[in-house]
Amino acid sequence: MVETFEQISPADFFYRNRDIAGFTNPTRAIFSSVRELVENALDASDLHGVPPEVYLRISQEDNGGEEGEVYILRVEDNGSGIPARHIPSAFGQVLFGSKYKLRQARGTFGLGGTMAILYGQITTHKPVYVASSTGTSRTYEYKLMIDIQRNRPIILDRKAHVNKTRWHGTVVEFRLEGDYFRAMPKILEYLKQTAVVTPYANITFVDPKGRLYRFNRVTTDMPPPPEETFPHPYGVDVETIQRLTKITDCRNMLDFMQKHFQRVSERIAHGFLENAGIGKKKNPKKLKPQEVVRLVRKMKEFKDFLPPRARCLSPLGKDLLKAGILKELKPDFIAVCRRKPSAYSGHPFIVETAIAYGGDIPKAGDIVVHRFANRIPLLYDEASDVTVRVIKSINWRTYKVSPDMPIAILVHLCSTKVPYKTVGKEFIADRPEVRREILNGIREVARRLRRFLTRKEHVERERRRLSVFSKYLPKIAEFSTELAGKKQPPDIEKLLKSVRRFE
Amino acid sequence: MNKKPKNLAAEKRKEALKRLKKLGVRLYGQMEKSTFPWIKMPSRSTQNIFYSPEVRQYVLGDKMVRRSSRNIRHIRPLTQLIWAAYFARDLAQQRKTSTLRDVYYSAQAYEVPFKDQPESNSIITDLETVMGLSREDFKVFPEERSAIFGDLTIEYTVPGYEGKRLNLMSHPDGMMIGPALTSAEFVKTSADMVIAIEKGGLFTRFIEETVHKKYNALLVLTAGQAPRATRHFIHRLNRELDLPVHIFTDGDPWGMHIAMVIISGSANAAHLRELTTPDATWNGVWATDIVDYDLPSDALTEVDIKRLHDLRKDQRYEGDLWRREIKKFLEIKKKAEQEAFSRYGLTYIVDEYLPAKLEMTD
Repeated sequence: MVETFEQISPADFFYRNRDIAGFTNPTRAIFSSVRELVENALDASDLHGVPPEVYLRISQEDNGGEEGEVYILRVEDNGSGIPARHIPSAFGQVLFGSKYKLRQARGTFGLGGTMAILYGQITTHKPVYVASSTGTSRTYEYKLMIDIQRNRPIILDRKAHVNKTRWHGTVVEFRLEGDYFRAMPKILEYLKQTAVVTPYANITFVDPKGRLYRFNRVTTDMPPPPEETFPHPYGVDVETIQRLTKITDCRNMLDFMQKHFQRVSERIAHGFLENAGIGKKKNPKKLKPQEVVRLVRKMKEFKDFLPPRARCLSPLGKDLLKAGILKELKPDFIAVCRRKPSAYSGHPFIVETAIAYGGDIPKAGDIVVHRFANRIPLLYDEASDVTVRVIKSINWRTYKVSPDMPIAILVHLCSTKVPYKTVGKEFIADRPEVRREILNGIREVARRLRRFLTRKEHVERERRRLSVFSKYLPKIAEFSTELAGKKQPPDIEKLLKSVRRFE
Repeated sequence: MNKKPKNLAAEKRKEALKRLKKLGVRLYGQMEKSTFPWIKMPSRSTQNIFYSPEVRQYVLGDKMVRRSSRNIRHIRPLTQLIWAAYFARDLAQQRKTSTLRDVYYSAQAYEVPFKDQPESNSIITDLETVMGLSREDFKVFPEERSAIFGDLTIEYTVPGYEGKRLNLMSHPDGMMIGPALTSAEFVKTSADMVIAIEKGGLFTRFIEETVHKKYNALLVLTAGQAPRATRHFIHRLNRELDLPVHIFTDGDPWGMHIAMVIISGSANAAHLRELTTPDATWNGVWATDIVDYDLPSDALTEVDIKRLHDLRKDQRYEGDLWRREIKKFLEIKKKAEQEAFSRYGLTYIVDEYLPAKLEMTD
């Protein structure tokens, strides 16, 4: 027997390995599809700088009694739109996208949206409908399918319309097999948490039963969009260097170091190249393979690089985080904290934390944890997440927190590279640098919670104290009047007034 | 012997009302002057309870406690105390009696509820301390279970029965020592002594065997530890009628202590007087009786032995008789019930033992 060797396309690869992208079963598939498309919609609006209007509809299709439920998933946004020539590839080709640059975005690979469509195609064999405009005089409509073996879009139909209103945005609609009613709690939780972390978005959801869910924006302020940056020397590998040497127009290593990496000045470039033992005048295109390897190793060892810049990050900011929590949880108390930028392995990151008490937060018998990474709510595998581990490691009695209190903790990690443990983007790995920032962030808000709880306790005690006096003094007066045989009870108003400490 | 009623009960009632009113006037005055009402009373903590050889009972020392409504921890018990005073005055005015259990429930109607019965009882004890009167004086009684039988004519003072007389031999089961009897006046008696008995069975046997006639005695059933009303009643029989009191209990540390409480009172009642009968005697069953009469006996348990060691350290047990008997108990490690005499026939205890023991202490 002769082994046959064949190359498979990325689309084919993900088709065969759809588990790793979060499409394990009908429940997860519909949840992941919703999530990927909503994230793309929000990313498109964020980059365009308009407060997002996202419309999501899931309707059930009558599939003539065939096995498996078929749903039609439709997502509309008012984002930047996709240039007409890119539409087929953006939706019909895996790993095509605008997200390969170094800046913070919800999605990273341009994989998720297409993956959802791919999943729809293999379960229903129906095309995807896309309509988009970048606000020009035309809107474009496509009907596409994916050629899985060759990772290419197949255009079934294409139309252009006059765009009188200069609408910009994207509409995606496709069919997929799924189990909405099992996925429902997670989908609703996902939307609610998305609303927390995107308080400037209007999100509308119509479910298969026709029920309408509205998450209204409370502000039109948006966090400043992230800047694109060069990689930091700590965060590159051999492959990156090789690609850079191919495209660079620098003639010597001194220029190369300064131009293609962030936070490398001439002085630092001098120091580094000397330390690495690589000629400053050397043409980067002429680096030998072993020199590239040494360069990367020395880059990771060199101590004098400045920490990565955080301008490529877009944290939510205290005010927006507060607004989002107030809007969805309506707590009695809230404290938010934004940590200073930090870095792990050359990837900058910022941790934002918040703690909320009371309001709509349930008394769960445990602290409610909301985890976010680059503004994506993380809903699965909570127990494995670094945030949950950190929360469990804290002695909460120090902060006067007892298990029966309605308390929610939010942790938002933004980074150009979130250290996910899996492709499914479910939980964050336990990196010491990240862990430390999360711990310190939670401690800071927890200290403020303790102040609140102390004060609350004090007020409560005082209230109880007062109620004791106002309950018993009149009774003493009443019984004493009777005993003394007097007609009128004595005036105890003065006494009651004197026990009131705060007014 | 023939005595004229002095109507002690009516005087007591008047005194109680007077003191209750005084308390009310004091508190009312404090509030009129815009001070937080407060009271002062002798401390009943164990550090303030002393045995007084002069009065031959426990008494309270000089330490006082102050309960002020300014203090958040005091205001509730103080309110309850004042309510209890108010409740006691109502009882006295309406000439009604009630029980500790009644007190517990009545408080709920005034929204000064007690947590539990012990809390309510403790407030009543506070009231006794403040007033210097026992709760029976303001008509709060415990559940009664003790009885008396013998030739004593009393005159009731309770409403509806004033002036009515009764001879306490009228009923062969004995008469219950309840509120009506406690407040009754003694009119006349032919008795020469009082015999207090721990157990109901023996009490009945004594009546059947006409001990009251043979010895000219009033028979009192304490039914275990004597209730305070009964102790007070024995006190009165001793004081007002000059009758010697002889006590018969089981032959064990517990029976011994029943006798002691009738004689010298308890630490719990250190704030009260007229509950003790210091001249009363414990006539049996002694440890030495167990040996002398060769009584059927049980071995002392560990709890019994621990109790004996405790009693040995007790100031009330300093007398020779007590020391000797405690020593004997510890030596023979045995105890015997009063009924043990039945071994020698049902009447043996009346015909042989009783006269011998009464003679010994005369």
